[in-house]
Amino acid sequence: MLKKSKNRFGNLGYIFKVMFARKVVIFGSIIIGVFFLIAVAAPWLAPYDPLEQNLRATLQPPSRIHLLGTDELGRDTLSRLIYGARISLLVAIVVVIIAGGSGTIMGLIAGYFGGLTNTIIMRITDALMALPPIVLMLAISAVIGGGLKSILFSVGIVLAPTYCRLMCGQILTLKQSDFIIAANVLGANDVRIIIRHLLPNAFPPLIVLLTINLGTAIMFEATLSFLGIGIKPPTPSWGSMVMEGYRFLVKNPVISFAPGIAISLLVLGFNLVGDGLRDALDPRLRGTI
Amino acid sequence: MNNYGGDLFTYITRRLIHTIFVIFIISFISFSLLHFIPGDPALTMLGPDATNEQIEALRKELWLDRPLHVQYAHWLTKVIQGDFGKSITYYENVTSVILRSLPISLYLGIIALGFSAIFGISMGIICAIRRATFLDNLISTFSNLGIAIPIFWLGLLGIYLFGYKLGWLPIQGFIWPSEGFGQSFLYSIMPIVCLGLPSLAILARQTRSSMLEVIQQDYIRTAKAKGLREHTIILRHALKNALIPIVTLIGVLARILIGGSVLVETVFNIPGLGKLLVNAAINKDFIIVQAGVLIISAITCFVNLVVDISYGWIDPRTRYE
Amino acid sequence: MDRCSLKPILEVKNLKVHFNTINGVVRAVDGISYYINEQEIVGLVGESGCGKSVSQLSILQLIQVPPGEIVDGEIFFEGMDLLKLKPYSDEMRSIRGGKISMIFQDVMTSLNPLLTIGQQLIEMLELHLRLNREKAKKRAIELLELVGIPDAKIRIDDYPHQFSGGMRQRVMIAMALSCNPKLVIADEPTTAVDVTTQAQLLEIMKDMVTRFKSSLVIVTHNLGIVARYTHRIYVMYAGKIVESGTSDEIFYLPRHPYTIALLGSVPRLDESHPRRLSPIWGLPPNLMDEIPGCAFRHRCLYAAQCENKSLPELKEVSPGHYVRCHLDIIKKDHEPFFRQQDIRS
Repeated sequence: MLKKSKNRFGNLGYIFKVMFARKVVIFGSIIIGVFFLIAVAAPWLAPYDPLEQNLRATLQPPSRIHLLGTDELGRDTLSRLIYGARISLLVAIVVVIIAGGSGTIMGLIAGYFGGLTNTIIMRITDALMALPPIVLMLAISAVIGGGLKSILFSVGIVLAPTYCRLMCGQILTLKQSDFIIAANVLGANDVRIIIRHLLPNAFPPLIVLLTINLGTAIMFEATLSFLGIGIKPPTPSWGSMVMEGYRFLVKNPVISFAPGIAISLLVLGFNLVGDGLRDALDPRLRGTI
Repeated sequence: MNNYGGDLFTYITRRLIHTIFVIFIISFISFSLLHFIPGDPALTMLGPDATNEQIEALRKELWLDRPLHVQYAHWLTKVIQGDFGKSITYYENVTSVILRSLPISLYLGIIALGFSAIFGISMGIICAIRRATFLDNLISTFSNLGIAIPIFWLGLLGIYLFGYKLGWLPIQGFIWPSEGFGQSFLYSIMPIVCLGLPSLAILARQTRSSMLEVIQQDYIRTAKAKGLREHTIILRHALKNALIPIVTLIGVLARILIGGSVLVETVFNIPGLGKLLVNAAINKDFIIVQAGVLIISAITCFVNLVVDISYGWIDPRTRYE
Repeated sequence: MDRCSLKPILEVKNLKVHFNTINGVVRAVDGISYYINEQEIVGLVGESGCGKSVSQLSILQLIQVPPGEIVDGEIFFEGMDLLKLKPYSDEMRSIRGGKISMIFQDVMTSLNPLLTIGQQLIEMLELHLRLNREKAKKRAIELLELVGIPDAKIRIDDYPHQFSGGMRQRVMIAMALSCNPKLVIADEPTTAVDVTTQAQLLEIMKDMVTRFKSSLVIVTHNLGIVARYTHRIYVMYAGKIVESGTSDEIFYLPRHPYTIALLGSVPRLDESHPRRLSPIWGLPPNLMDEIPGCAFRHRCLYAAQCENKSLPELKEVSPGHYVRCHLDIIKKDHEPFFRQQDIRS
């Protein structure tokens, strides 16, 4: 549990201390940090232009000039991998912000207004959560037609309901607590109540969810791109690279292997940090998130 | 004294109604997918090469000119009778297409569930009783990886290693056991392992933390004080209690397995429901997409319902609610 | 009080139990020695945190190791040193529940919620007494009837949550005595129930141990219980035994300042004139620090008179009555005030 601290930010120091006491969490943070750096520094790091084709050097194995070899159009795999990091992280961050934001707002509305609004919103949430995520994403992508817009929409719709449920639950619990009645009697404004009491309580599970969802979003984007309804070639996305490499698995497996390793590492990093965050903030959440 | 029967009935009825309600909403969502398409649905489905007559025929067949709720009612009545319409890409009834592919997915999915349950739960138990040892850390790392590795990539890895390099296993396709048990086994190993791996990892993690929590409880100390053997305590006293949150997971696992089957069937070229759905999504065959979404959600909701009901059977404390 | 034989069945010598925590080593039990005779009821009295529960859990090796650690000591039972046995060895397991059994404090959580009480009783009977299922069930029903559970034949198939707290504790008592143990250790058995139920449970316990000819150790902080039911009493403070003797002696002639203060803090109905409640001021010492001298010094009413700063040893001040104090104090009343004349020599 959080130790008492006079300073609001004193708690932060304690949380970090507990979190980073575990080696796996440090490991995960390093992974995330490295990938972030790679994504930001892509234009300077990548040896070649990821879109530049070289039809005389197709499907080359790893060599000194192309550290990870080239793909079927002669593009440098390493550069595509590096730019892929940029795209994956960017998409993941945008999607999680959109999903988290809209889900939270819907949850707050449902919880605050209660009654019919609550029932409608929560039933829709139940319905969306009942579907397997990939199936839902497939259906939506079929409608929209693939591409970035499709990813944002479908992954967003899959991720948002969890936030909705979380915030609605928080408000409902809050509504039942005694000090809300007391605050109301004292004349406190509803918005004030929400800000002062709800947010601090909701913060731990929310931030854990956000962290883990970043990893999930990367996985989903890769999945959609792999199936051909996500980021479409020639833009380098890890998922579509795996798909492209599928055909040439025998001739040059690196095209498929490298991005897969990248996806695994980055998702692992987010999962480890998310776990560490959750254990540090409130181990009782284990199993619920 | 024991009104288990009466309460159980009301409980089941309540859950059933809730489930049906949810399936209704899903059916409506899945139905209205057609209408979120920018542009003309019929044109999108048939593709740019379609003639005007074909487009008109399709519009008539799907009642596309009628108001939305009428369309929905029409579609729903036919669905209840088992008629999902005619597929655009397959020139046959969607129902028969689904009846061909659904059993394959169910077969692989259920075996994968069994595989992941047996191994996942055992590994979780081992981790809990040998906490903080090398084995525990190893298995925990492995289960963290299990959720991070993309299933489709794992499949490719398997195909490359076991199919191409070592030549032990066939790289794609599917055979029913009735057509040759040994062959069927070889064809099914990789898909099942790939399918079951994330579930295995999740089960191992959850079992481990459930067991760790249960082992701290007072009744375990009492059991120890009674002089029981270690394995009796673990299996009879601890595991039963630890299983309660794990059973809840089965609902989550069903969703993961179904989602995974989409990928695994694509990678291994298995003619199951997942692959059907992917092809339909790419080819804009919305008739199949609608039917597929509905059926899959019905299965998921059904599994959740069974889990909810079995809760009362497993935990006697909830029977009296 | 009944006479009991003077043959010791359990002898604890210099038991030391430490807990290794991140913040330091907690010396929960710091060298205690005691013995229990056949068919005797002994009380182990002290405040929360003085180490009494830990000492009893160590007998059956139920302490969590790590962070706990039995650092030193010997526990002799039936000619064996129990501390030399491995926790899951056959010998240890046959002793647990079979020869020495425990009744725990947490009535609500000490029974497995997913097994019927019948199942939990029968598994013990099958294990230790080697009865078959039929006979075990019969005996289980008998036991439940003995502890006063109505309709035992039907209720044996009920789950713990279908019983009240008092009833659950009766089930625990039945379980503890089911295999005819030589010694029953009751760790704060009545703390979690209301006063009426407390009285009932204690009567049942006394009845059962007499019937089964077992000895009973009652660990508690409630002096009332101890007064009525025990033959002898050990008083613990800060991980050590500070006074021991027969119940009569301890109650009518307490010799240690802590015991005196404890007895004085209990409100009594039979007092000549009403007075304010007199708690023992101050807090128990932090067991992580090494306490060089007497641990009770800073709360002792007689501290000003005591110049010896070293650790007092246990001295026999009258036959069978031991006290760990530098001063020789006799208090003939229960007024918790300092009186110079209480100190002899």
